[in-house]
Amino acid sequence: MKPNEIAATPADLVDGRPTPRWSNRTITILSLIVVLLFLEVVGRRANPMFASYPSAIAVELVKMTADGRLVFAFLQSLSPLLVGFALAVVLGVPLGVLIGRFRSVEAAIGVYITAGYAMPLVALVPLYILWFGLGFGVKVAIITTLTFFPICINSWLGVKMVPRTLIEVGLSFVGSKQEILRKIVLPASVPYIMSGLRLGVGKAIIGMIVAEFFTAISGLGGIIINAANTFETAQMLAPIVVIMIFAVGVTALLAWGERKIAPWHQELTRQD
Amino acid sequence: MAQQLEIRKVVKNFTLGVGRKSTIVKALDDVSFDISEGEIVAITGPSGCGKTTILRIIMGLETASSGEVISCGKKVTGCGFDRSLVFQHAELLPWRNAKSNVAFGLELMGMAQGERDEVASRYLAMVGLSHAADRLPHQLSGGMKQRVGIARALATEPDILLMDEPFGSLDAQTREDLQNELLDIHGHTKKTIVIVTHDLDEAVLLADRVIVMKAGRVEQVLTIEIPRPRGKLAGLRGNAEFGRKRLALWELLHEERQSA
Repeated sequence: MKPNEIAATPADLVDGRPTPRWSNRTITILSLIVVLLFLEVVGRRANPMFASYPSAIAVELVKMTADGRLVFAFLQSLSPLLVGFALAVVLGVPLGVLIGRFRSVEAAIGVYITAGYAMPLVALVPLYILWFGLGFGVKVAIITTLTFFPICINSWLGVKMVPRTLIEVGLSFVGSKQEILRKIVLPASVPYIMSGLRLGVGKAIIGMIVAEFFTAISGLGGIIINAANTFETAQMLAPIVVIMIFAVGVTALLAWGERKIAPWHQELTRQD
Repeated sequence: MAQQLEIRKVVKNFTLGVGRKSTIVKALDDVSFDISEGEIVAITGPSGCGKTTILRIIMGLETASSGEVISCGKKVTGCGFDRSLVFQHAELLPWRNAKSNVAFGLELMGMAQGERDEVASRYLAMVGLSHAADRLPHQLSGGMKQRVGIARALATEPDILLMDEPFGSLDAQTREDLQNELLDIHGHTKKTIVIVTHDLDEAVLLADRVIVMKAGRVEQVLTIEIPRPRGKLAGLRGNAEFGRKRLALWELLHEERQSA
């Protein structure tokens, strides 16, 4: 018998699974329709000062997009968000990897990272204003601070989760510490690092709104707080919807990126 | 034949924390044996007898508390390209395809891309997997994964191939195919092979000598007098020498179990 004849049984190969009756996308769309209808019915019964409903918010969205307010505010919010997020990645990933890889670094600074993750940042905003002023800088600082911790912690965890035996493969071929880091530890940590980035997106957006509320009022957060002060509930909710759609989009983009970079991980962890 | 591997009075102590106390466990207690060039030696024994530990010390992944291992005339102080390890569960890098996994050791050796592609293809062909070169490990069956693992270990052209229960998690049919292939590979490479196994049939069918370990010591060394080439394993099971040595081994281990 040729060696390859017994090897490829269909059960071992990944592509033979049955297609489910409902695709994930169908389920998501159906869920959206049901929830939106529910909110529409409930929202219409409520006092418009206390709540709003999807169609009213949609009207506001169109109006605010047409007069350019929403687009301007979105772009104004976006630049500190991008800079803050990028800084958090550039600082958080290498530091997390360092903490995970070196026991002494972990012992020396791991505790600050864990503590920092639970830090109530909102309470520190007045201090941040004293240190960084009211402009672009303080917004970036707030976003970076909030986003840094989940990204750093996940990178740290990712490195810790690399199986010992995979590292031994590198050791057995006389790999140096640096080669093992580059060729084994980092690729093996990619899925954790990516999920850290996904958590970071949520944190960055929270940081962005906090910054726009408590420092110079601007961007989407600015629209929210101004509309809230005048009891324009639908107008207040419109930018919130924009933010949520944006977050879903970015998260999907990161998930897509992860499938491109680490297609093996999804296959290893698939639950169905 | 030249001594390729000399194990001299190797002792390994582990510190084991049980509750608040930590006790010292002697995993290996004065283990000595020699292995000649081109020989296949199986190390067997009950779980916890130290068979995997001695293999890891030979590889250089662990250090002996005392004693020494001499490989190809040089004292082992760590891993080296004179030895290669086939891991129990293949341990392929999941983000690399089959061929690139085979090339991994060559890459760390510093071989240039073109040459290592060529060598990796050759070893992949040796284990019959040329058609699966581009597949990622999750697209390979258990038997195929271990073939890639063997090809990866051979590709760096070590003098000694160390195998840690390499076929233990495979189904019977696949296991026998891989055992046959290993004998074929031994037939034309004449590699020295040290295989740790708990499968008595495997030990007797493959090895020239079987080292039986018990509680961290070498209990007995059995010489298997079946001439090479041994042909296909299916035909060997009726061999009288196989029957004798299989029984002797079984009785040795059975005795241990009763006394344990």
